[in-house]
Amino acid sequence: MTDIPSRSAFAGPKDYFALLKPRVMSLVIFTALVGMVAAVAGGATIHPGLAAASLLAIAVGAGASGALNMWWDADIDAVMARTLARPIPQGLVPKSEAAGFGLLLSGLSVVLLALASNYVAAGLLAFTIFFYVVIYSMWLKRSTPQNIVIGGAAGALPPVVAWAAASGSAPFDAWILFLIIFLWTPPHFWALALYREGDYERAGVPMMPNVAGEASTKKQIFGYAIILVVAGVAPYVTGLGDVVYLATSSAFGAGFLMLAWRVLKSPPKSKEAPKQLFAFSIFYLFALFAALLIEDLFALYA
Amino acid sequence: MPDIEISPEAKKQRDQRNKAIALGLTAFIVIVFLVTILKISGNISGAS
Repeated sequence: MTDIPSRSAFAGPKDYFALLKPRVMSLVIFTALVGMVAAVAGGATIHPGLAAASLLAIAVGAGASGALNMWWDADIDAVMARTLARPIPQGLVPKSEAAGFGLLLSGLSVVLLALASNYVAAGLLAFTIFFYVVIYSMWLKRSTPQNIVIGGAAGALPPVVAWAAASGSAPFDAWILFLIIFLWTPPHFWALALYREGDYERAGVPMMPNVAGEASTKKQIFGYAIILVVAGVAPYVTGLGDVVYLATSSAFGAGFLMLAWRVLKSPPKSKEAPKQLFAFSIFYLFALFAALLIEDLFALYA
Repeated sequence: MPDIEISPEAKKQRDQRNKAIALGLTAFIVIVFLVTILKISGNISGAS
């Protein structure tokens, strides 16, 4: 990798904030909030102030792992169009500072969560950070096309961490929320990889389209879509979700399957269908978790 | 030791970084304080 000219004198707070991957953080905060509210609706008690501090700790922990990921992946970020504007490839934040920033925030977030809630939640948050940085970023991402399948566990853990923060434990229902995000991750990221195929290949990252080919990836996306939509109904079966959730999960699940089918049937190299599925997948996850949140808030306060 | 000259823009960004660090540290201290108060008062009311 050629040396990046340093522009670190011109880096402001927003550039350091960008290291935390704010869009990923907002999804983490949201899924964690749903996990916490679901725990409270199920009988757990936590003071609202401690709940807010716990959610902040979880968000900062997620941001910290994002910063450490940007530190580790600085070389491939500089090569990919999707990530070229990040602070390290732009020379705004030196790699070592991103690493220090990420480590500091990791430590502080785990400590804060232990103080605000309990050691189970703090331990789960520490494990989440470790899994994302060491298992996914340092090991799986560059070595196997199953990278985001296994690594997706990190993104699926926040609702479990938040549930544990509220209740002190991680029961089966918390792991159902984990499962939904875990099964959502492969079709989401493979759709992204399909419409940005050249990007990952240029960086030497073994994403499924580069390794197994487009046709195989499309079949796997559809296969995961089916399992995801079925798992998406599980909260209704266990009683975690009610009729509003069932209707939302069914409707958005049908949409997800339809778009995954379109991807499966799309001509080679076509970008439109994968792009649509990628965009819709974000709405799908948001809708399911929002439905649970609305039902639980209604049950608690109406 | 000779003074290092930095441009006005770099100085502005440095000042903003310093303010953000000060704010972040203060916020962390306040949050830990508040969490401690909440936890202790919760323990006291739980014991009584």
